[in-house]
Amino acid sequence: MEAFSALVLQAEEASGLTAADEKSIAAAASAGYAYGLAAIGPALGIGFLVGKSVEAMARQPEAAGMVRTTMFLGIAFTEALALIGFVVFILLKFA
Amino acid sequence: MLAVDGLTFPPINELLRWQDIFPTFNKIALIAVLSALIGILVFLAATRGDAKVAPTGARNLAETSIEFIEEGIVMQTMGKEGLKWTPFLLSLFIFIFLCNIPGILPFFQMPATARIAIPLVLSMIVWAVFIGTGLKHQGAKYFGHLLWPPGVPVALKPLVGLIEFISTIIVTPFSLTVRLMANMLAGHILLVSFTLLTYVLVAAETSQIALVPLSIFPFLMLIGITAFEILVAFLQAYIFAILAAVYIGNSLAGHGDEH
Repeated sequence: MEAFSALVLQAEEASGLTAADEKSIAAAASAGYAYGLAAIGPALGIGFLVGKSVEAMARQPEAAGMVRTTMFLGIAFTEALALIGFVVFILLKFA
Repeated sequence: MLAVDGLTFPPINELLRWQDIFPTFNKIALIAVLSALIGILVFLAATRGDAKVAPTGARNLAETSIEFIEEGIVMQTMGKEGLKWTPFLLSLFIFIFLCNIPGILPFFQMPATARIAIPLVLSMIVWAVFIGTGLKHQGAKYFGHLLWPPGVPVALKPLVGLIEFISTIIVTPFSLTVRLMANMLAGHILLVSFTLLTYVLVAAETSQIALVPLSIFPFLMLIGITAFEILVAFLQAYIFAILAAVYIGNSLAGHGDEH
């Protein structure tokens, strides 16, 4: 363990980065990955959902109101995942 | 150390906190109080009009919004027996909308719902209301309906019960809160980012000939995002109210379409 911390100290001196710098670099990078990965699923989901709703509305314009309400409900549920990803981003980056 | 100057993003506390106007009362609280007051005053003013003549002014606005809640939210999710929930959903909708819209108003420039306190309290209220409604309409059987959808095999009951318990009791208020808060916070941060970009380009200290004209692009984006934020402020209030209606409708009727 002591050898390891000595190594870390050496590396810090060599690169000129303190532990706080290292931490903020890692936090910034992983915050970006966290949001990017969290957005993939909801993006596909919302695209699929809205596409299908437009299809339904085009087939049956008289049912458009009902389809739209259900579409917004579905979007709200799907979008929550992306928003949790965004909250994780904020927590990693700033907290 | 990591000297990359030029564009520095301010720390998050600078975006979300202000000095207290007086102790324990800051801008968020001011916006929340103002939204409550404006909502109350508009609807009080609406009651003063003569019901027999064509509505004008505040009464027109109030009638339009009540009709929107009845047609767009209650009838779509709960049907006719849900019409007595219109006042509750209307107050939720108006209050959230009036808390959201200061995000783009000059001087305020901050949606009160971008801090977690107001969304959290509102979703706790919705949570208490829909569980209370379920208990009132179905008695103690409500928890059975809550945990087990009809036709679950006995062997699966513990697993399904656990999942349903977590999804209804814990995830529901959490996702209501986070959906509203994160949407408004994301919009606020987007607005800040593009304002900052525009400012940095306009106030550039070197090679101004190249940089100053470039500031038109983030500025156009800023206008677009401002318009988008009006839509988001409306849509989030609508979604919060419609989800509250769906949850209450589920407790009224036992098992609805959500399972």
